[in-house]
Amino acid sequence: MIMRGELITPEADLVDRTVYNALFTMHGSVMLFFWTFPVLVGLGNYLVPLMIGARDMAFPRLNAVSFWMIPIAGILMMSSFLIPGGPSQSGWWAYPPVSLQNPTNNLINGQVLWILSVAISGVSSIMGAVNFVTTIFKMRAPGMTWFRTPAFVWSVLAAQLIQLYGLPSLTGGAIMLLLDLTAGTSFFTPERGGNPIVYQHFFWFYSHPAVYVMVLPVFGIFSEVLPVHARKPLFGYRVIAASSVIITVISSAVWVHHMFASATPPWMRMFFMVTTMLVGVPSGIKVFGWVATIWGGKMRFTTPMLFALGGISNWVFAGITGIFLGSVPIDLHVHNTYFVVGHFHYVLYGAIVMGIYAGIYHWFPKMTGRMYYEGLGKLHFVLTYVGTALIFLPMHPLGLMGMPRRVASYDPEFAFWNVVASIGGFLLGLSTLPFILNMVSAWVRGEKVGNNPWRAYGLEWLTSSPPSVENYEELPLVVSGPYGYGRSEPLVSNVPNPDLTEFSESLTSQEVS
Amino acid sequence: MTVERAISQDTEAAVRQHQEHDEAGNSKFGFIVFLLSESVIFLSFFVGYTIFKTTTTDWYPEGVTGLETREPLINTIVLISSSFVIYVAERYLHDKKLWGFRIFLLATMAMGGYFLFGQAVEWSGLPFKFQDGLFGGMFYLLTGFHGLHVLTGILLQGLMLGRSLIPNNYDNGYFGVEATSLFWHFVDVIWIVLYTLIYVWQ
Repeated sequence: MIMRGELITPEADLVDRTVYNALFTMHGSVMLFFWTFPVLVGLGNYLVPLMIGARDMAFPRLNAVSFWMIPIAGILMMSSFLIPGGPSQSGWWAYPPVSLQNPTNNLINGQVLWILSVAISGVSSIMGAVNFVTTIFKMRAPGMTWFRTPAFVWSVLAAQLIQLYGLPSLTGGAIMLLLDLTAGTSFFTPERGGNPIVYQHFFWFYSHPAVYVMVLPVFGIFSEVLPVHARKPLFGYRVIAASSVIITVISSAVWVHHMFASATPPWMRMFFMVTTMLVGVPSGIKVFGWVATIWGGKMRFTTPMLFALGGISNWVFAGITGIFLGSVPIDLHVHNTYFVVGHFHYVLYGAIVMGIYAGIYHWFPKMTGRMYYEGLGKLHFVLTYVGTALIFLPMHPLGLMGMPRRVASYDPEFAFWNVVASIGGFLLGLSTLPFILNMVSAWVRGEKVGNNPWRAYGLEWLTSSPPSVENYEELPLVVSGPYGYGRSEPLVSNVPNPDLTEFSESLTSQEVS
Repeated sequence: MTVERAISQDTEAAVRQHQEHDEAGNSKFGFIVFLLSESVIFLSFFVGYTIFKTTTTDWYPEGVTGLETREPLINTIVLISSSFVIYVAERYLHDKKLWGFRIFLLATMAMGGYFLFGQAVEWSGLPFKFQDGLFGGMFYLLTGFHGLHVLTGILLQGLMLGRSLIPNNYDNGYFGVEATSLFWHFVDVIWIVLYTLIYVWQ
């Protein structure tokens, strides 16, 4: 999983002019479908059974199948660079009629490969989602009631429910697009009576909630990392857990805010403007919960903590520009400008990728039994944070000045901010070097630490590091809720767990780094 | 701690027994979740059909005024009754009467086969092709996609029939048969919506 993150390192393609269209299509598709999704699903796959005290996921074989479909789909998509005509050039949203153009007239063209590859990864995601939902519903350890389930598990459940109701809609749209492209139907072909707007609905009905599929597990990571490193229970745990599910529900009704400029009737714009604002409420609840969690805590500024705090700060920023974009008058003005690009990169890189890094550093000792190098980790954080600000902040003034997105060349008046953004891009590329170095060398010869180096309170820290094949030697019987910092209650009753519970000692003698 | 521990071990033994017994329960739960998700694909096609139908001016291709409803209605009745037949088959299996199970499962397969045959006859007699406008595309997409599911259902039933020939195969639960039966009911329900949308609402 970490290897996957390293293989497809987010590189800024800002300065590249040649085959720019193909590049931004592939950048968007590869980053979303083959970087962010698999990494988060991988983390979830690893952590959910540990956190709920299960031996494995509910359907291990199904899990393996869905895992191996991802590299197949990835190879299929990348192979489109090798065929005549090159890869798809219609962006990751693949709107018709642009996506229906076929200049080479080959049956196998970049667009067809793109659709097939997305379809395969979609099937794989649905299998994964069935697996997650069944696991979380049916396989929690005895005594682990819903409100004893960690917030990360809640958020993974909420995200996978979105996959279940949203992804089939994209699959349906993709089937129709494929038929239009290859079999001569005319669902979305305007010159033959089709309606391309319907595709936009199909696409965004999934693809807006898809953002929540990615960001919800990251919220979960924040909710797990903060209490451990601030030595306090998660503030408003029940509300934070429930707000994940509320996001699932509301996010099913916000998709048209991507289409305010697509001949959408005014009543629809109004409705979706309101729902878009509404979805900010549960997200805001979470942010307040996190701030209250670290308030007055005994903060340890370790690398995962830094990444979590940095990610939350970026999320607040992205959330505010999101509210900007959600209101119709502003959206119509900045639609298709770099303002939008800046917004969603702040979400995806600023919040989601930083959250992923926080999760990887936080659970690295659990996965390997060894500790990463703190100095390299902090260097990684500084480079990432500064790089993120440098590359994505200038996109906002650029957008307000009117620079359109998806163009390879631009008016000279935009040059200054673009140079700044490019520097930021290279900085981000550079920032992954200490990360890779850190992970590889720490895995090989990092300092061996025990089962629970963070003195964290959670089921996953009970078992050995790295966990044995079946996770637990004895099925834990859970007797109290998560995040019991300062409560001195045992978490499980049938296995001795002094590591988890003797916080009166650990709270005073811990070193604050 | 010791008393607590003794109590908890009792509970744990009970729970573990419960969980091992519930393996099939997990599979069934997962399968229902999958079917719900699958139904959303059909839902998106239905929604697309409704939008296209209500916004297009020349809905039917030239020379087409509507669809024949009598033959499809017979087809529909056959398909829906097959849902009851497979239920009877499942009851026979529940009572460990394998021959009853096999006969009724075979009957379900025959009814499904009749449905597919009827649809093939209907397709071959239609005056429009799937390239003919939105209606042609939607009609063949919906019926074809549903037909694929019917075919899958029949193949699954054949598999279950074959597995019933292995001695004692269904003695310790028969999740495969339950899933096949659930899938068949699902295909039926989808067809009812589809029939209403395409044939009744003309």
